[in-house]
Amino acid sequence: MFSKRGVIFAAIAAAGLVGLAACGKKEEPVKPAVKAETPKPAPLKIAFAYVGPVGDGGWTFAHDNGRKAAIKEFGDRIQTSFVENVPESADAERVIRDMASQGNKLVFGTTFGYMEPMLKVAGEFKEVRFEHATGFKSADNMRAYDVRAYEGAYVAGVIAGKMTKSNTLGFVASIPIPEVVRNINAFTLGAQSVNPKVKTKVVWVNKWFDPGKEAEAATALINGGADILLQNTDSSAVLQTAEKMGKYAFGWDSDMTAYGPKAHLASSIINWGPYYKKAIKDVLDGTWTVEANWWGMKQGAIDVVSISDVVPAEVKKLAEDKKAEIREGKFSIWTGPLTDNTGKQVLAKDTTGDDKFVASIMFFVKGVEGKVPSGK
Amino acid sequence: MTDLGWWGVPLGVLGGALRVSTPFLFVSLGECITEKSGRINLGLEGIMVMGAMAGYAVSLASGNPWLGVLAAGFAGLALGLLHGLICNLARVNDIAVGIGLMLFGTGFAFFLGKPYIQPKAPNLPAFSLGGWSELPQVQAALQVSPLLLIGIALAFALAWALCNTRWGLVLRMVGDSSDAARAMGYNVNLVRTLATAAGGLLAGVGGSFLSLYYPGSWTEGLSSGQGLMAVALVIFARWNPVYCFYAALMFGGAGSLGPALQSVGITSGYYLYNAAPYVLTLAIMLATCSPTRTLAGAPGELSIVR
Repeated sequence: MFSKRGVIFAAIAAAGLVGLAACGKKEEPVKPAVKAETPKPAPLKIAFAYVGPVGDGGWTFAHDNGRKAAIKEFGDRIQTSFVENVPESADAERVIRDMASQGNKLVFGTTFGYMEPMLKVAGEFKEVRFEHATGFKSADNMRAYDVRAYEGAYVAGVIAGKMTKSNTLGFVASIPIPEVVRNINAFTLGAQSVNPKVKTKVVWVNKWFDPGKEAEAATALINGGADILLQNTDSSAVLQTAEKMGKYAFGWDSDMTAYGPKAHLASSIINWGPYYKKAIKDVLDGTWTVEANWWGMKQGAIDVVSISDVVPAEVKKLAEDKKAEIREGKFSIWTGPLTDNTGKQVLAKDTTGDDKFVASIMFFVKGVEGKVPSGK
Repeated sequence: MTDLGWWGVPLGVLGGALRVSTPFLFVSLGECITEKSGRINLGLEGIMVMGAMAGYAVSLASGNPWLGVLAAGFAGLALGLLHGLICNLARVNDIAVGIGLMLFGTGFAFFLGKPYIQPKAPNLPAFSLGGWSELPQVQAALQVSPLLLIGIALAFALAWALCNTRWGLVLRMVGDSSDAARAMGYNVNLVRTLATAAGGLLAGVGGSFLSLYYPGSWTEGLSSGQGLMAVALVIFARWNPVYCFYAALMFGGAGSLGPALQSVGITSGYYLYNAAPYVLTLAIMLATCSPTRTLAGAPGELSIVR
C-alpha cells in the first residue's frame, strides 16, 4: 500500500511544483529602474505592472518602450519602476497593492485581467491614480486607456488579401475577449476589401504568452491551408514558425522583422509613448481626470511599419493610403452593411459603428470560420 | 495547397508527435537512468530550462547550434551532478532537493537569460522524411529534428544496455537493492551520482531542442511543465526506455490535438482539447495508482515506491 501512497504523493508534489515554479517568477521585488540623483522636488513615483517579461519582443516590450519614452521626456521629474510576469490572478492584486503602498502616485496596469484587482486597490488608495489598459471600468481615481490595435490589423489585412495565394488567412488568437475578436474581424475585413474571396481560420491558444502553443497553433493553421498568419498573442513564435514553413506572417505590437526576415510582411506596432507622456503630464500638472482614452493611428499610437520588399509597390501604396485615410478620420472600418458569419446583419447600410459598438464586438464577420467561444 | 479536410487532424497529431516529443523523450530517458539507480530527480524541469538557455546562448555566441547542444548537455550535467552530490549526504530527501533544483534552475536561467531574449541564434537543421509526398502538409508533418533521431537511437541503445552490459546491470542492482550492491563491493553513492548526472545531461539536451529547434528561440515561457510531465511519463512507461519513446510520442500528439481540431473548424470545447496533455498526465497518474496492479519494473530502492 505504501507504493500507492508514494505515487499519489509524487503526483501531488508534481502538481504543486507547477504552482511553486510560477510563484518563483513573481517574487521579483519592485526595483526602481531609474534612480534620480539629487531630486530637487521629490520625483513623481510611477509603477508599471507587466503581464509578460519585457523581453517578450511584443506586448510588454512595447509598454516598456513607452515607459522609456516617458523617462526621456520627463527626466528626473519622475521615477519609474516595473514588475514583470504579474499573472492575471489574485497575485495581481497583491502586486498592485504593493506598488500603491510603496509611495507610487501613478500605477499602470497593462493587461485586461488586472481590471478587477486594480478596481479593488483603487478603492483603498484614494490618493493614488490608477491607469488600466484595455479595460472598461473606472473609478474616481482609476481610468481606462486602450489603443485601436484593430486599425493595424485592418491594414495588415489589406496587405494579406493582396498577397495570399490560397485565399485562406490564419489567425492565432489568445483569449476570446472583444479586443481579440475585433482584431480578427478587422484583419478579415481589410483582406476582403481587396480580395472578396478571402476567409480566415482561427486557432485559440488561451494564453497571451506561450511560444510552444503559439507555434503549434501556427503549424496547424498552415497545415489547414492558411498561407498568411497574424496573431494576437505576445511572442514572436508565429512569425518564426511561418519563416520555417516558408509562409508569410506579420509582427504584432512591436517590430518583429528580425525574428523572421523572409516571412515578415509588416509589423502592426503599438506606440504607448504618447499616451504615457500625456498621462504622466496630467498628474504632474494636476489636470488628471477620469476619462476614457482610446488612441489609434490618429494620435500616433498605432502604426504599420517595416513593410517588406516582397510586397509589391502598388500594394504598399494601398496600405499607406489606407493608413492615411484612417489617420485623417476619412475612413471607418466598422461601416455597414456588415453581416456576421451566421448571416445576421449587425450594421445596416451607411451606418457606422460607434465606440460602444466597437468595444462590445463578440461576433465574427462573414468570412471568419467557426464561432466565438462562449464563456470567459 | 489542397485542403485535406478531416485528414488534417490525424496528420496534425502525427506531425505534433514528431515535433513536440523530443524534449519529452530526452527528459524521460534521463529520468529513467536516474530512477533506475534508485533516486528520483524532480528538478529536470529546471535543468531543461537551464539547458535551453545555455544552448541558445552558446549557439548565438559561436554561430554553431551543435555547440549549443553540447553546452546545454554540460549545463545539465553540472546541475545533475549537484543533485547527485547533495543527495549523497545523509538523511537528504531526493524529492525535496529536486523541487529546490527545479526552482533554482528556472530562476537562474531567467536571470542569466535576460540578454538572450531578443537576438536570434542559429537553429538546428531539420530533416525531411516527407520528400515522397506531393502534399506540403505531409512534408511539413514529417519534418524531424536530428535530435529526435538521436533520441530514438538512444532509447533502444539504453534498453539494450540496461539488460546486456555490466554498467546496466550494476545500475539496476544499485536501484533494486543497495545492500546487494554494497555486498558486491560497488559504491552505491557513486553510481547514483553518475546516474543523476547522466540524467541531467539528457534533460539539458532536451532543453536545447526547445530553444534551438522548436519553437526555436529563448523566452521565459518556453517550457510549460514538460520536464515535470516527463517524470510522470517515466512511471507510465514502467521504467522502460523504449516505452518512454512511445509515451513521448503520445504526449506530443496529444498537445497538437487542440490546434489541429480547431484548424478544421471544431471550436467548441477547445479548452478541453488544449488541456489534453495535462489531462493525460492526470489520467496516467490515476491509472498507475490502481490498487489491483503493482508497479512492474519499479526500482526497489526508489523512494516513491519504498
